[in-house]
Amino acid sequence: MPIMNMVQAINLALKEEMALDDRVVLLGEDVARDGGVFRVSEGLLDAFGPERVIDTPLSESAIVGAAVGMAAYGLLPVAEIQFMGFIYPALDQIFANAARLRSRSRGRYSAPLVVRTPYGAGIKAPELHEESTEALFCQMPGIKVVVPSGPYQAKGLLLSAIRDPDPVIFLEPTRLYRMIREEVPEGEYTVPLGKARLAREGKAVTVIAWGSMLERTLKAVEGYDAEVIDLLTLSPFDEETLLASVRKTGRAVIVQEAPLTCGLGAELSATLAEQAILHLKGPILRVAAPDVPIPLARLVDHYLPSVERIREALEEILKY
Amino acid sequence: MPVNVIESLTVKRLEILDPQGNADEGLLPPLPEEEIMRMYELLVLSRAFDERALSLQREGRIGTYPSILGQEASQVGSALAIARGDRVFPSFRETGVQIALGYPIHLLLQYWGGDERGLRTPDGLNIFPICVSVGTHLPHAVGAALAARIRREQCAVIAYFGDGATSKGDFHEGFNMAGVFGLPVVFICQNNQWAISVPVERQTAAGTLARKAWAYGFEGVQVDGNDVFAVYRATSEALAKARQGGGPTFIECHTYRVADHTTADDASRYRSAAEVAEWRKRDPLLRLRLFMERKGLWTEEDEKNAWQRARTTVDDAVKEAESAPPPEPEELFQYARATLSPRQQRQLKEIAERGVRNAE
Repeated sequence: MPIMNMVQAINLALKEEMALDDRVVLLGEDVARDGGVFRVSEGLLDAFGPERVIDTPLSESAIVGAAVGMAAYGLLPVAEIQFMGFIYPALDQIFANAARLRSRSRGRYSAPLVVRTPYGAGIKAPELHEESTEALFCQMPGIKVVVPSGPYQAKGLLLSAIRDPDPVIFLEPTRLYRMIREEVPEGEYTVPLGKARLAREGKAVTVIAWGSMLERTLKAVEGYDAEVIDLLTLSPFDEETLLASVRKTGRAVIVQEAPLTCGLGAELSATLAEQAILHLKGPILRVAAPDVPIPLARLVDHYLPSVERIREALEEILKY
Repeated sequence: MPVNVIESLTVKRLEILDPQGNADEGLLPPLPEEEIMRMYELLVLSRAFDERALSLQREGRIGTYPSILGQEASQVGSALAIARGDRVFPSFRETGVQIALGYPIHLLLQYWGGDERGLRTPDGLNIFPICVSVGTHLPHAVGAALAARIRREQCAVIAYFGDGATSKGDFHEGFNMAGVFGLPVVFICQNNQWAISVPVERQTAAGTLARKAWAYGFEGVQVDGNDVFAVYRATSEALAKARQGGGPTFIECHTYRVADHTTADDASRYRSAAEVAEWRKRDPLLRLRLFMERKGLWTEEDEKNAWQRARTTVDDAVKEAESAPPPEPEELFQYARATLSPRQQRQLKEIAERGVRNAE
């Protein structure tokens, strides 16, 4: 089985699905001739031609807006927004249109599209290139939000996302793009949306993480009897798996890369409190970034949750 | 070095039928007499619907409603140029387009009465649901045209919007992308002079809206939007050009919103009665009626009968809309997603069990 990084795994997913289904079309800035700024779509223009791998003008709103029209009329567009910090002009299209076309048209039209975007901090890039505002998207019913944590998951989740009948926001943790290499099967396999993954079994505490925080969490829990859940789909998230684990361990730590306030950790925490509080031995703890705009590289180590901060949370919760 | 003119712009305006009902015979579209009378009947039906919708709103039987009074020719004239397979992207003030294309009138009343079931376009009609978020549907039209090209489907796409939408980012992004890709899209702006209280002079410093197309590399034309023949001709030509691979066209229908922005607005706060009165003289229905009378196609009796038929049609639609059973709680969730999450399923169960007995 070939060993590859996440960029190669996503590229493989796109290539295989485009070969399998001619409704799948890529569009975005620099995705065709340049193969994408992270080279995720490298080689796809040559393989599938300019009608299916489309370099668009610099127009985030129209990239997603056109994808809505394409999806409504028989295509399965995969739109790339070059960095998550540039998705904001397209929020109107995502929130006001893609998310509610099925509902607005009472099922006559739908928008089976995917918006892929690199997400997260730690790549020494300029401002607005390292955002993690995933919780914004989780507040909007009608779309799904997915974050892979490694190459294997990335390929399987992207295939599920493209085949999903509703819009999916697919967030690719840039810090992991080339960090993790693992076996990725060629050919058909999918990782289902809406299901979390047990990344590590344990009995004393449940740690919930997603995206690039999973990698740090797995380092932090070494030496602890910790269960680690890789959330994978942020919306709709897998309540059942979280609750089962927390009812077993009686302790919960949530690790998120985004600022603390109103992050997805708040919703997870509320869910655990509402439905499992009688199983809890202590408070639900969140390890998150502070409530400040994400800094540039020189300050980012003060900002991002570190292995040490995750370990401190483990030590604290294990006192109960 | 001399300074050379390297590009220059001309903007055409098309007028065929004047307010007195005189037509430029050389420009008249080749429509059979029955088709002209059908056109008029649809104008009457649109106006009859509009009048009834305004009174239903005052009686509390529907919610906020945006009138199309004065814009019937822009809507019916353009809609009649649309072919069956074409894809239509309306904004929220296109009742005349919907009626002319055969959208069931009772569904329109249901929608404006707060029942979302009215927004489900019947199969066989390619009309996108009304877009309330101004101008955001222009990129959808571009995407639908891209899909048609990629899937080798022979059709054109038509998008409707108002003068206010030309100030939005999606107008620029949509127009630009349509121009870059040379897509089969016809953009129809009903420049009705007012975006709620802001006049078109405050939307743009450009002398016409039509000229904006020039910057995107395709043709823009202004037509007298109260002249149903001019609108029909311009739209037919633009759609034919689109289908033949000639790319996008922008048509500015120069018209006027005679009524308030919606039933929740009071236009007397920001514009003069004299201005409104001036535009009422350019009534789009009257000039076609005068034309038909002059041609011997139409009598006083025909006029009476046409209104009678239109009002009966609308009355029947009102009855049908008002006899629709109330939507069930399941409708809240039915189209939220293709498959409900476990949490949504629980929420639906709770809401369905509670009913509305304790809504307050």
